[in-house]
Amino acid sequence: MSMKINKQNKIRYAKEGRKTGSNRRNQKGKLASTIYLLPSLIGVLLFFVLPFLIVIYYSLVDNPINHQFVFLDNFIMVFKNAAFRQAAKNTLIFSVTAVPLAVVLSLMLAMILESKIRFKSQFRTFFLSPMMVPIASVVLIWQVLFHYNGTMNELLSVFHMDKIDWLNSSYAQVVLVVLFLWKNLGYNMILFMAALSSMPRDILEVAVLESATPFQIFWHIKLRYMSSTILFVTIMSLINSFKVFREIYLLKGDYPYDTMYMLQHFMNNTFGRLDYQKMSAAAIMMAAVMVIIIGILFLTENYFGKDVEG
Amino acid sequence: MKIQTDRNSGSGDKVQEHWKRRTEKRKKIKHAKELIRIYLLTTVAGCFAILFLMPIVLTITNSFMSASEISANYGKVFATTDTGGKVFISEKVNLKFIPDMVSFDQYITVLFKSPEYLLKFWNSVILVVPIVAFQLLVAAGAAYGFTRYRGRIKEMIFFVYIILMLMPYQVTLVPNYLVAQWLHILDTNWAIWLPGIFSPFAVYMLTKYMRKIPASLMEAAQIDGAGEWQIFRKICLPLCKGAMCSIAILIFIDYWNMVEQPLILLADPEKHPLSVFLSKINAGEIGLAFAVATIYMVPPILVFLYGEDYLVEGITYQGGIKG
Repeated sequence: MSMKINKQNKIRYAKEGRKTGSNRRNQKGKLASTIYLLPSLIGVLLFFVLPFLIVIYYSLVDNPINHQFVFLDNFIMVFKNAAFRQAAKNTLIFSVTAVPLAVVLSLMLAMILESKIRFKSQFRTFFLSPMMVPIASVVLIWQVLFHYNGTMNELLSVFHMDKIDWLNSSYAQVVLVVLFLWKNLGYNMILFMAALSSMPRDILEVAVLESATPFQIFWHIKLRYMSSTILFVTIMSLINSFKVFREIYLLKGDYPYDTMYMLQHFMNNTFGRLDYQKMSAAAIMMAAVMVIIIGILFLTENYFGKDVEG
Repeated sequence: MKIQTDRNSGSGDKVQEHWKRRTEKRKKIKHAKELIRIYLLTTVAGCFAILFLMPIVLTITNSFMSASEISANYGKVFATTDTGGKVFISEKVNLKFIPDMVSFDQYITVLFKSPEYLLKFWNSVILVVPIVAFQLLVAAGAAYGFTRYRGRIKEMIFFVYIILMLMPYQVTLVPNYLVAQWLHILDTNWAIWLPGIFSPFAVYMLTKYMRKIPASLMEAAQIDGAGEWQIFRKICLPLCKGAMCSIAILIFIDYWNMVEQPLILLADPEKHPLSVFLSKINAGEIGLAFAVATIYMVPPILVFLYGEDYLVEGITYQGGIKG
């Protein structure tokens, strides 16, 4: 499907190219339109692309003064670093639990809102409001809720359960997942709602006429049609899951409990020591992992959504 | 047609009457089932809504407590709170929805007596507003560039933009830091402004939107003798007004919330925005914290109330990354 589109595009570009080649006025316009692009292009090159190349270079030399080429040594050093491993492990565990939960729950909320319930627009506002509130503002309430003497433990004691030190035990990850979902469900929900409302009506009607059960309609039609939205929500949730550092930092500072020590903490603390090699190697590794994950997600989506127009 | 069938059934055909009743009965049952379903779903949504709103409402109501009430209720949580033994600290933590006595003391202190919070608030404004304005400006031009005369090279560059947009801060902050150091703008606002202004996010969003403007519109203008500037200024920009509002809101929320960038790029805590400073609030001033937190919430909430539809539209546009 996408191959076909690519081919069409290619043909179109080729045609355009021929046209512009023969027409001087178009040539001029092409140049002018590129000028509009220039400020952004220069900025992106200067602030993102070129320094990223330097980062790659730094990750391959022993130090910025010697410029001794050491190939993979820095990566191995970072990989052997206990703090990095801990951070990578925590980040991985967090993302693997939080992202699927965020996708499923927000899809559920979107389906609820898309059915004929009352106060639909009010609910949309309510669900979206956590997205607007700065994390720094609600951190105080989280502290009151999840402190050892906090409200959550008060609730537990009503049911005669033992107190849990939420923020300083292995339960910390649970708290983080809750905070992440609180913040991000509304955003994902809006994306799913848009996808659900743009679903082709005729196909759904045919399915009802053919006496398909609601579950069949959901599983075989709606999910297929939403595959690109699911992909996007997954990618955005993944990116946002790295931002959970904000909550942790505002709750616990630079050195939180072990299971809350994320990659961003590792980066911050490495910045503190200005260890360029370590920093660069870690950044490159993360970039590579991101590209691989996003690539895999795209391929999966292509496989499942290939026979669906959309 | 409908009237006629009604008349027919009204004429007293027994069989028809029977069937009519039966279908009506079925319809009623179906209707009742539907109603129950709707009520159930509304309740579920209501429960979620309470969970979602509670922290925000609590922060706001607690900001109207007096300092002594806050340390009495939450003294256990913010254990370092030094009350000098004068104030009673409850053994338990009492999370309260409504303060015993509504007082504006905290707000008066924050607004008139301790200027440092307002200064940090101002830092936030100074950091965020130029980023929103200039990122949009730069992006408008870039989106136009990507929309007109699309070619292989431009598509490749656009792909690089998408990849950059998808990179988390942990990756982009290292290059940003290196450039800031190289340009000697580390520890100045420029270190945050410049990467923010050239962030590929708005470019991606606006380009997607501008490409939906029919090309025939621009071609027609061109045939009528309009130059690139006129097409950009008179056709593309007016049509993108709504989209630009949406994108502005999204950028604003993101940067109003920033924590990572100032921590790394601004070593001087005096320059930190309120989003970072709030967590470092003195233990002795914990009573003020709720008021400061509420004040910090006000701009995004106002933006939200004013532009919710723009925000929803913006998020919707963000979706469908393939398009």
